[in-house]
Amino acid sequence: MNTQTEMKESINSQPEEKPLLKLKNVSKSFPGVKALDGVELDVRAGEVHALLGENGAGKSTLMKILAGIYQPDGGEVFLEDQLVHMSSPLEAREHGVLLIHQELSLVPDMTVAENVFLGNIPRFANMFVNNRHLNERCGEILTRLNCKFKPTEKLGNLSIANQQMVEIARALVFQPKVVVFDEPTASLTDYEKVVLFGVIRELKESGTAIVYISHRMDEIFELSDRISVLRDGTYQGTFYTRQTNEDEVTQRMIGRDLDADIEHQPPELGAKALEVSGLGIDGLYSDISFDVHAGEVVGFYGLVGAGRTEIMETIFGLRKPDSGSVQINGQNLAINSPSDAIDHGLGLVPESRKEQGLVLGMSCKDNTTLANISEFTKLGWIDTSAERKVFEEYMDKLRIKCPGWEYSTLNLSGGNQQKVVIGKWLSTSPKILILDEPTRGIDVGSKSEIHHLIRELAKTGLAVIVVSSEMPEVLTVSDRIIAMYDGRITRCFDRSEVTEDTLIRAITGQTGH
Amino acid sequence: MNRIIDLVKRQPIWIFVFICVVFFSFSSPYFFDIRNFSNILVQASTIGLIALGMTFVMINGNIDLSVGATLALAASLAVGLQPQLGITGAVLVGLLSGIVIGALNGIIAWKTGVDAFIVTLGAMIGVRGLVFIYTGEQAFYAHDLAYSDFGASSLFGMPVLALIFICLTIIAHLVLKYTIHGRNVFAVGGNRVAAKEAGIRVGPHMLLNFILIGFLAALSGILLSTQMGASTPNLGRNYELWTITAVVLGGTRLTGGFGSIIGTLGGVLAIAILRNGMNLLQVPSFYVLIILGSILIIVLFIDKRFAEPQGVGA
Repeated sequence: MNTQTEMKESINSQPEEKPLLKLKNVSKSFPGVKALDGVELDVRAGEVHALLGENGAGKSTLMKILAGIYQPDGGEVFLEDQLVHMSSPLEAREHGVLLIHQELSLVPDMTVAENVFLGNIPRFANMFVNNRHLNERCGEILTRLNCKFKPTEKLGNLSIANQQMVEIARALVFQPKVVVFDEPTASLTDYEKVVLFGVIRELKESGTAIVYISHRMDEIFELSDRISVLRDGTYQGTFYTRQTNEDEVTQRMIGRDLDADIEHQPPELGAKALEVSGLGIDGLYSDISFDVHAGEVVGFYGLVGAGRTEIMETIFGLRKPDSGSVQINGQNLAINSPSDAIDHGLGLVPESRKEQGLVLGMSCKDNTTLANISEFTKLGWIDTSAERKVFEEYMDKLRIKCPGWEYSTLNLSGGNQQKVVIGKWLSTSPKILILDEPTRGIDVGSKSEIHHLIRELAKTGLAVIVVSSEMPEVLTVSDRIIAMYDGRITRCFDRSEVTEDTLIRAITGQTGH
Repeated sequence: MNRIIDLVKRQPIWIFVFICVVFFSFSSPYFFDIRNFSNILVQASTIGLIALGMTFVMINGNIDLSVGATLALAASLAVGLQPQLGITGAVLVGLLSGIVIGALNGIIAWKTGVDAFIVTLGAMIGVRGLVFIYTGEQAFYAHDLAYSDFGASSLFGMPVLALIFICLTIIAHLVLKYTIHGRNVFAVGGNRVAAKEAGIRVGPHMLLNFILIGFLAALSGILLSTQMGASTPNLGRNYELWTITAVVLGGTRLTGGFGSIIGTLGGVLAIAILRNGMNLLQVPSFYVLIILGSILIIVLFIDKRFAEPQGVGA
């Protein structure tokens, strides 16, 4: 509450400007999660309004409400002082609100112009495509965006950055009042970023309201006029970019530190559980050597694409190495398939739980026993009650919030889905557990629970590997940290010697220090 | 009560079966009769047996279009080889032909990675050709009357064919629901990647399903030929479509990962009851086709509307 009154004061001290878009007390729930709870937002014409928050803070949900993809459960949306209901993306578009997706939704085999006017193709005699008009109008928009490619170019031949420009061009066709950018720089190079920012500034000067969603602090401070912060689906206030600083908004974004009580005693090391030597796959990574002892957590930190996931997949038998060897409990083993890996006591909680971790249509119980169903059989028949017992055991242990063992994992929140995946592997009684980005897209509370869980698992004598792209996570859970850059291990840190600075250097290839 | 509502939501086809039974009972004096019911079961058993196998194949995320041709081949062999091998030998060869075709389908789809739709489409065309070559476009008649007697025989007052269908339905239900194979069929169809990473070997399960459906198609063809005491090279045409219709009516998804034998039984019975009832009411059979086509779309609409779990946003 305090935050909100503070915020209003700070804004009232500025000359009053009329908001173009205003959200009042907007809420949205999904089964098991309250994604948004009483969120406020006002966006003015001719400003870049940044929306800041961690993964799972509700940014995407809010954006989808703006774009008419979701409807809010409560609250109101005003556009130029008119109460509006946008029940579909089409309606949002008619109101002048357009969303530039993070994932491009274009047709690679069609031309640029056809993509720009997809669903809205200029015609003559009401049924034929007016190609000349199509290409001319597209050309005008491309010139405005400073794009060098031709309207007749096949979209699939363009770089990702240029495809993103096409996506923006597509929005401009509708002469939008509000344009929402969702993490637009995720796949851009620095130069392309500069071009994009130029385009955004140009839009802003022409009076368009821009909502800019990102969690990259530097971009937000470079580009935005005001910043609104979300945390766990609640509104944390709006700030003038010039009057605030990174520390203040970070504080608002993260809130209290849920991981503060994680203790770091030096682990009681058991025997060497896993030893990898000289592992390599041509073109992906090379010369990877490390070991993990029972009872410790080893963090793998690096940028996306550094080869971490691929190494884990190799150890787990999903990829064939070109060189090197993997030893488990001192034995040289050839692991050719996941079932080999499971037999040798390995478990892999994969990067994307929906695509790789869960069979979404199946119940919580069935997912829990997916990897070791043969242990729950009597004379070839599945013993359902034994299965239930195991699921209920992990439901308690991992504090999985779900209505019952029959409940489909499809409707669980991200955090609970992840716990089911972890439960699946724990029920195979592994000796070595690999977790790849274990808290991606999970709300802050569950995230901390999973961090605590990882520490506890190590304490029970499990050897744990955590792959993560989030520095706080790696620092929180690991006893040792292995930094990777471009397919190689650049440094190994003991927890006690690591600093954020040295870690950043190690994962960006600046090892000379 | 909640359980009943739940069942209705999950198996909308059983509402339709129930409505049909009530409707035909009131409109035809011959419908509600034990003998007519056993009759329906016998008629249902041909499509029904294949549909049991198709349920496994489709939940696993595949499809088998070759069942009609397999059925004709097995029936032709089982009748045509009787003079040389005797009834038992000929029937065994017929069943074996189904198993071999199923195994070939499965191995080719597994090892080449070609979609099962295409592999079995090829088999459907090719095996039908084989039938015409073997039979020389002739119908075969079983000269030993014991063969057709079997098709008309009864046990405990029930036609043997109906009993076989009921027994195999129960077994299929139990296997799908309570064995590792059954569970993994759901897992592979629901999320192939996740299943693989959980150490499930995808190929063998697929192969087993194709062998199963090949065997059931052959069995179905042989039982059908015992009813007629003969086989024709055109036997089983379009049966793949009727089978898929029955399975889909029963709530199994074309995309895999979802379905049940109970639903399939509902789908099979729906088609059989509708045909039988309309026949008793002397409605020309073409109207039955129109109604079945409409029902298919309506049931799937209900399924999409009410039974599909709602997606969750992140």
